[in-house]
Amino acid sequence: MKHARIAWSGAIHDAVEADGQLLLTQGPHAGRHVSFDEVVWLPPLAPTAQARTVIALGLNYADHAKELAFKAPEEPLAFMKSQASLIGHKAFTRRPLGVAYMHYECELAVVIGRTARHVKKADAYGYIAGYTVANDYAIRDYLENWYRPNLRVKNRDTCTPIGPWLVDAADVPNPMALSLQTTVNGKVTQSGSTADMIFDVPTLIEYFSGFMTLNPGDLILTGTPDGIVDCQPGDVIVTEIEGIGALTNTIVKATP
Amino acid sequence: MTAWIPAGTVYGTLLNFRREWDLWSSRMAQDPHKAAPKAPVLYVKTANTFCPAGQDLLLQDGVSEVDTGATLGLVIGAQAQVVGAVLLNDWSVPHTSYYRPPVKYRNRDGYLALPSRTTPGQLQDWAALQIEVRRNGDLVQTVDLRDLMRKLPALLADVGEFMTLQPGDVLMVGTDCLADGTRPRAKAGDKVEISAPGFAPVITTVRGAE
Repeated sequence: MKHARIAWSGAIHDAVEADGQLLLTQGPHAGRHVSFDEVVWLPPLAPTAQARTVIALGLNYADHAKELAFKAPEEPLAFMKSQASLIGHKAFTRRPLGVAYMHYECELAVVIGRTARHVKKADAYGYIAGYTVANDYAIRDYLENWYRPNLRVKNRDTCTPIGPWLVDAADVPNPMALSLQTTVNGKVTQSGSTADMIFDVPTLIEYFSGFMTLNPGDLILTGTPDGIVDCQPGDVIVTEIEGIGALTNTIVKATP
Repeated sequence: MTAWIPAGTVYGTLLNFRREWDLWSSRMAQDPHKAAPKAPVLYVKTANTFCPAGQDLLLQDGVSEVDTGATLGLVIGAQAQVVGAVLLNDWSVPHTSYYRPPVKYRNRDGYLALPSRTTPGQLQDWAALQIEVRRNGDLVQTVDLRDLMRKLPALLADVGEFMTLQPGDVLMVGTDCLADGTRPRAKAGDKVEISAPGFAPVITTVRGAE
């Protein structure tokens, strides 16, 4: 099943995809169908009691590591983001004034389903609630070699669209063989496969849960393959993963 | 009353004390850094690190000692305004490289020791705050916020340039080092106390894996 979290009719609702529409699943309008265009799409994630942990991977596809002139890492290169950087499907992302290179990153996002600590690779899939699509924008002008990638590059307001759907893990039989692609104004600029991750999803869960507790609702953004290009105000970026969803985002100019 | 826990995201700031900056400065232009940092260098302390007042720090998964990170955390309210502050112990696994993000050094379970409550106030109240660190009763460090590279208003402004702090977030202003660049170490059996006038202390007993 594909789950969404939307604003409609003055309130926030949980919904599922049904015959090309959204079926509201709780509240006074439960059972009602609304069209995709009628709603505001929020990140497809239930609120958490404490700040959601958002782990992101750098250089987790060999071709992207090469593209950025790095040798493949020997252990996962991870950084943490805040949930305040997340925005939903069909939202606007600000490009700061005067920057030269802002690029998208299409990433398979793993949503943790139950508390994970010291989980072995072989058991890792049992801890996953589902998957969604994230676009982990970076503004390379701000890159500095201190705790790189630094938060000014990677933890900006509006710069992490996520959604539209949380797809149940049971409906994704092999998350390690999904095609990914990104289009800019309809033209394909990035294509790859999750099969090419350096550290696959079970390996990542074993690695992180080896020293920290992952809680339900926590996210792992698993990195992006080759094919990043600059995005300008007005560009429509669609990051899509086979069977998971197509996440649309529009770049807007930041106000001075 | 239950002990305080941050409602939002906790951020840490690296290299924000004059002493550590000066120790680093001759190496900042070298590889792999290539230049001194311009923007604040931040990291996130995830919720699994939160260790409420009264709980011990358990060293596990191969870690045998930790660096003490006495700091002030600015507690954020509406409109990204500071509504109070807390003392914190921002524990880390000792690490000498600041090149890559410090997840495996800073995001282990329990690595952010919390006080029982926050202290209301404004930035100017803490401009000259002195924070004392005691290990097993002995004074091992005094952290003086007059030694900050970015004073509190400048730090908030430079962070706010690229991300909006949310109600409940906490921005830690940085941890100082000792004269030799290290931080006070703690190992199993140590009791570490962080205190400052007007603040609830942060007292942690460090335990090893049984």
